[in-house]
Amino acid sequence: MVTRFNVLDHELVPKHEVLKPSEAVEVLRKLGTTPDKLPWIRASDPVARAIGAKPGDIVKITRRSPTAGVSIAYRFVIAG
Amino acid sequence: MPEKIIKSISFGILSPSEIRKLSRTAIVTAETYDEDGLPIPGGLMDPRLGVIEPGQRCQVCGNTMANCPGHFGHIELARPVIHVGFVKHIHDILRATCRHCGRLLIPQEEIDRYLRLLEKLEKKWPLLALRLIEHVKKKAIKRMECPHCGEKQYKIRLEKPTTFYEERRGGVVRLTPIDVRSRLERIPDSDVRLLGLDPKEARPEWMVLTVLPVPPIQVRPSILLESGIRAEDDLTHKLVDIVRINERLKESIEAGAPQLIVEDLWSLLQYHVTTYIDNEVPGIPPAKHRAGRVLRTLAQRLKGKEGRFRGHLSGKRVDFSARTVISPDPNISINEVGVPLDIAKILTVPLKVSYWNVDEARRYVINGPEKWPGANYIIRPDGRRIDLRFVKDRKALAETITPGFIVERHLIDGDIVLFNRQPSLHRMSIMAHLVKILPGKTFRLNLLVCPPYNADFDGDEMNLHVPQTEEAQAEARELMLVQNQILSPRYGGPIIGGLQDYISGAYLLTSKATFLTKRDVVELLAAGGYEGPLPEPAILSPKKLWTGKQVFSLFLPSDFNYKKKANINVGEMACEDEECFHDSYVVIKKGKLLLGVIDKKSIGAQQPESLIHFIAKEYGYDAIREFFDKAFKIFLRYIEKHGFTMTLSDVEIPVEAEEKIQSILSEAEEKVRELIAQFNQGVLEPIPGRTAEETLELRIMEVLAEARDRAGEIAAEYLDPFNHAFIMARAGARGSPLNLTQMAAVLGQQSVRGERISRGYKDRTLPHFRKGDIGAAARGFVRSSFRRGLTPTEMFLHAAGGREGLVDTAVRTSQSGYMQRRLINALQDIRVEYDRSARLPNGAIVQFTYGEDGVDPMRSIHGKAVDVNRIVERVVGWKR
Repeated sequence: MVTRFNVLDHELVPKHEVLKPSEAVEVLRKLGTTPDKLPWIRASDPVARAIGAKPGDIVKITRRSPTAGVSIAYRFVIAG
Repeated sequence: MPEKIIKSISFGILSPSEIRKLSRTAIVTAETYDEDGLPIPGGLMDPRLGVIEPGQRCQVCGNTMANCPGHFGHIELARPVIHVGFVKHIHDILRATCRHCGRLLIPQEEIDRYLRLLEKLEKKWPLLALRLIEHVKKKAIKRMECPHCGEKQYKIRLEKPTTFYEERRGGVVRLTPIDVRSRLERIPDSDVRLLGLDPKEARPEWMVLTVLPVPPIQVRPSILLESGIRAEDDLTHKLVDIVRINERLKESIEAGAPQLIVEDLWSLLQYHVTTYIDNEVPGIPPAKHRAGRVLRTLAQRLKGKEGRFRGHLSGKRVDFSARTVISPDPNISINEVGVPLDIAKILTVPLKVSYWNVDEARRYVINGPEKWPGANYIIRPDGRRIDLRFVKDRKALAETITPGFIVERHLIDGDIVLFNRQPSLHRMSIMAHLVKILPGKTFRLNLLVCPPYNADFDGDEMNLHVPQTEEAQAEARELMLVQNQILSPRYGGPIIGGLQDYISGAYLLTSKATFLTKRDVVELLAAGGYEGPLPEPAILSPKKLWTGKQVFSLFLPSDFNYKKKANINVGEMACEDEECFHDSYVVIKKGKLLLGVIDKKSIGAQQPESLIHFIAKEYGYDAIREFFDKAFKIFLRYIEKHGFTMTLSDVEIPVEAEEKIQSILSEAEEKVRELIAQFNQGVLEPIPGRTAEETLELRIMEVLAEARDRAGEIAAEYLDPFNHAFIMARAGARGSPLNLTQMAAVLGQQSVRGERISRGYKDRTLPHFRKGDIGAAARGFVRSSFRRGLTPTEMFLHAAGGREGLVDTAVRTSQSGYMQRRLINALQDIRVEYDRSARLPNGAIVQFTYGEDGVDPMRSIHGKAVDVNRIVERVVGWKR
């Protein structure tokens, strides 16, 4: 049996974190939008499972970008 | 009529009763006209289906031909047939419902739950509703026993295109359209909703046709040929087939014909109806004309590039446009386009007459349509349009013109027009130009705008459009004018710039060796339209002489600083710094070109971070336009004065050089033979990860490529560095050092698919070689140069390599064209909002910050928002 592989340790996987409800509200207010207008991520996505994101959560992704330094994106977790 | 507002559109399937209601007559005979040429009532050309004779009134609606939209008829099919467009849906529905009770194969509680969910989703997320339906269908299809009546279900197989089979225990049974229809009829409305259909608009059984609508004559007009014979539309032909078979089928059934004959006719009817709807269904032969031409039936009318949607609805012909061949004119501004007089007299611009321009308007009217600048029409305040071609006394008419009239005057100098060359791959493919009326029959454009249009003058044609309203004209002038498009949004850099002789001319002018007498300087400056004092001459005695760099500097902004390697800064002439012996490092300080030659890297088209890029960015579009219109004329004037030609002897090398080259090549061929010998003995050391054969090929290619490079170097040593071919290659105007090598020294290895040419006869490329010979010459190494000429075998192998290039271009253009079409269709609605996020029209976020960094490439420097080095250079100026 192969050892379990943690996707979060892979160098190509950027930092994912589940936002607290208060933070999520703040993010949505700043973007002036509703959760369904964010890009989606499935709760069954390997990263979503690794960080324990549940449907309805908002995930913050922080990644290094050659052009922008640090870029931040959000995902809305959906069922499935 | 009161204004009507469309609230919604609902799509559905025509029901048999609706088709009958729509119909004015049933079509019962396959005949169309009788002997006298009159349409037969009850035939496909029945006058109740629409008026065709001009002047006649419609029997149904009383309108004349122009106003009658035509009316539908119908054919009562003797036996139902499957509608090809719906077979997939029918198949799904048959499998998802019970063969006995017609219920969806899902327990009642779940149906109720799904229905409630569906209702919610449809209101909020229609796309999710579609996914739910797919899910429900998949789930129902899996179930092999009805949860409602307990009936066992069988597999239903669809045989393309329209036949269904049920695989029962006893054997496979064909389901006739009648069976299919009766099963579909049994499905209750509530279950239909979960299958994704609205039972009010689309009952599933309507997917099986019992009545066929016959479109009005207007939809399928017959054409009267010159010989007086009527040619019917493809649809009419197909409908005739349907009616004929339908009538035969009906008679056979009534006469009690044997089952076999009825079934044959039935399937023939199914074939005709299928091809009537779509004549490109896979699995059945397309219906053909007598002459063998494939019929263009309903689906073909809608589908594809020439179809109703792409060909007619989203692709329209326009007025106020012109198309002709283009030719170059270096003397007009980059903002201008030369328009032939003949075209200017046809294209018009509406001139709203006011107190201030009545006299002008009257002059145009007096000149009339024949004399430029005149006018073709006038529109009176009451909206009446007067064609000036038919007005006898235009003088008198001109007197009646007062403010409020509109005069459609000819195109004149300074009008704004849009100029376009297909394929319109980027936004610079359509730019606004200012009109300049010129004699001749071609559009004239400045050579500097060739790169954005990707135009040349080997017969290219371009289109021109005249914006009619003031808003359109203002938008074109402010946003689309050529000078505003110099910086490309594709990469942060100028797309417009010098080509070919502009670059050669600039190189020659700014070369260290160029000194100009006062006469020369004055002549050049006059060509560039320079007004102002002459600078101090660089040399005072024995004669006043100016350098080319001084002349060039006169056109630079006086506080402009710039530093960059020139194109010639390679190989022997490379310099890392300002102190450059070869003059290959360009230094401009305070608007003076101090060092370096101006070549492709400074003024070339599509060169980011170049001289023209910085002028455009830092001094604005007007400044760069002026630079293009003035300085660039000097480059041309100078190359004209200098003279610039090329001849065979330019690529001639002395005998000793030739001998050296030949010995290098012979050596290389010897080395190749050695390698082959080593390989045959099995002592060739393979490169890691490669087989021995691959290693051999790689080593041979390596040896030959190196030999070619060395031969090229020797040729370059012996060539005159100031021969014009060399100058062009160095300055980046045209050609490359490799091209020179190929002309003077050796053509080198020809390749197909990146390998030495090996295809042709068995074990050899041509019968001139021994079988199994894999030496240099036998696999496409061309030892000759273009100057010496190729041997027949070399020429053949060279052509084989050249062919690949041609095929590649042809394949690439079609593939990338299709890819671009799909990309544009997918991305066209994405918009950057004020918060710099990229969003779809419904507000869904695509990118949180446009391109992650929010940089507009058009305002960037080669993709970077700020170029720190450039700022330092500008501010500090003198020092590094």
